[in-house]
Amino acid sequence: MIEIENVSLRLQDTRILHDISLTLPKGGLTALVGPNGAGKSSLLSLVARLQPLQSGRIVVDGLPVDATPGRQLAKRLAILRQDPAVAARLRVRELVGFGRFPHGRGRLDDRDRALIEAALQQFGLQDLADRFLDTLSGGQRQRALVAMAFCQGTDYMLLDEPLNNLDMQFARQLMRDLRKAVEEERRTVIVVLHDINHAAVYADRIVAMKAGRVVADGPPSAVLRTEVLAEVFGYPMQVVEIDGAPLVLHHR
Amino acid sequence: MTEAARPGFRLLLVAGLVALFVASLLVGVGDLPLRRIAGDPAALQLLLVSRLPRTLAALLAGAGLAIAGLVLQILARNRFVEPVTTGTGQSAALGILLVTLLFPAASIAMKTAVATVAALAGTSLFLAVAHRLPPTQPFLIPLFGLVYGGVVGAAATYIAWQADLLQFIEVWTNGEFSGVLRGRYELLWITAAVVALAWWIADRLTIASMGREVSVGLGLDYRRIVQLGLVMIAVVSSLCVVVVGIIPFVGLVVPNLVSRLLGDNLRRALPWVAAAGAALVLACDIVGRLIRYPYEVPVGTVLGVVGAGLFLWILFGRAARA
Repeated sequence: MIEIENVSLRLQDTRILHDISLTLPKGGLTALVGPNGAGKSSLLSLVARLQPLQSGRIVVDGLPVDATPGRQLAKRLAILRQDPAVAARLRVRELVGFGRFPHGRGRLDDRDRALIEAALQQFGLQDLADRFLDTLSGGQRQRALVAMAFCQGTDYMLLDEPLNNLDMQFARQLMRDLRKAVEEERRTVIVVLHDINHAAVYADRIVAMKAGRVVADGPPSAVLRTEVLAEVFGYPMQVVEIDGAPLVLHHR
Repeated sequence: MTEAARPGFRLLLVAGLVALFVASLLVGVGDLPLRRIAGDPAALQLLLVSRLPRTLAALLAGAGLAIAGLVLQILARNRFVEPVTTGTGQSAALGILLVTLLFPAASIAMKTAVATVAALAGTSLFLAVAHRLPPTQPFLIPLFGLVYGGVVGAAATYIAWQADLLQFIEVWTNGEFSGVLRGRYELLWITAAVVALAWWIADRLTIASMGREVSVGLGLDYRRIVQLGLVMIAVVSSLCVVVVGIIPFVGLVVPNLVSRLLGDNLRRALPWVAAAGAALVLACDIVGRLIRYPYEVPVGTVLGVVGAGLFLWILFGRAARA
């Protein structure tokens, strides 16, 4: 369980987050949605202790993130930031292998190697495994980075806009893979999404943020409603239902 | 670069190192024919007192400087910096100058210690500024480094001028191995320990090269790696300045070349960075001994030319590849 209590964040003179309290139980896929600048990425990076906590408390499975050794947390929680700009000339297999670092501190055993190969397979990277990252397209790099986060084998995975750069086929595939990880491996996935219709189909819960506050929180059917979306995104959009899932016609 | 070229590079490097090692023992003003070494005590004396120490010093300095360059490039997240031209070497020289002025009787170990502290302070300041420069302008960091190194070097020169110590500054700033004798280079073995340490933490360094956020996400104590890296850079740079003087370009070109051929997974590439640095410095020292025989050209001068050529090749090669 991730408990976020009264978390605020201020950068220079701008308030990024206003007194956020949120509980994310173990299991399930939670989508964070909201316009640019809503504070989604900031909240994610605070949970992943990439930024120091200024006020409030964040606890992951009973471990306060600001007072737990980094390695211990790295075995429970993986984070993939939006555009980590990895410039190192690593082969895809090497990069994915570094996901195992928290477990063996660099020494890979047979189980690690099997997990690496499984991650390469799952994200369609077998043919690229020996290529250097700087020879890949943006979408291929993104898949390699997601595979590395998967390979970390943590109960909690935090992904910041993982669909960036992915074409429709791989975007859909990634959402299905995340769904599978939730259902078959009982992982907990928290993902920042801009395509609200992916959230509609794959998320168990949607947390909508705006201007540093949580404005709506609930299952897709409760959040993806015209009046709620208008409040979050600032314009009215039609919501229809197809096969029991809401579809937001946000582009019209 | 094709897969086939990589084993070729490694084989060539090992063969080259062995050949350079032997050549370095044989090349010099004193005559030292191979067949006489065993029977001739004077020849053996020359070998053990001068040639062997000089050869080892070049290998140690080269390996150390290449690794120091690699580590600084990781910490600054910029491929175009190296310690001896971005303030570390100049800070070390300034440190030695100050300790020479204030405590003329200080031992060489004492001077090295002060130089290391000065180098650490100088590099920390460089890195603190480098991290504040906008990442969208990658060439600002090397530019700032050059200006910063120039300012620290100028301060050292000014103080030396005031104290009538200019000729000493020259000794520390232009690297050469002609003064290396048994008993006067052994401190350089500490760089071997630093290279071994870098190999020990190779995985951590690779992760650090992916940036702070990836490092923290993988449970690495990023701040500690930065601190450790700074100490490694400062120790190697100041040892080299104290024992042989500033040798430019090794830390810049060698990590770039090896990265291009073998990639940045340091568990795999780091020994080759050290070996290539050692080979480059030893080769340039031998060239310096031969170019206007029987006089010598300092290795720092030779590397100034060779290193600049290699650097241009890296820059234009990069453009051609992209």
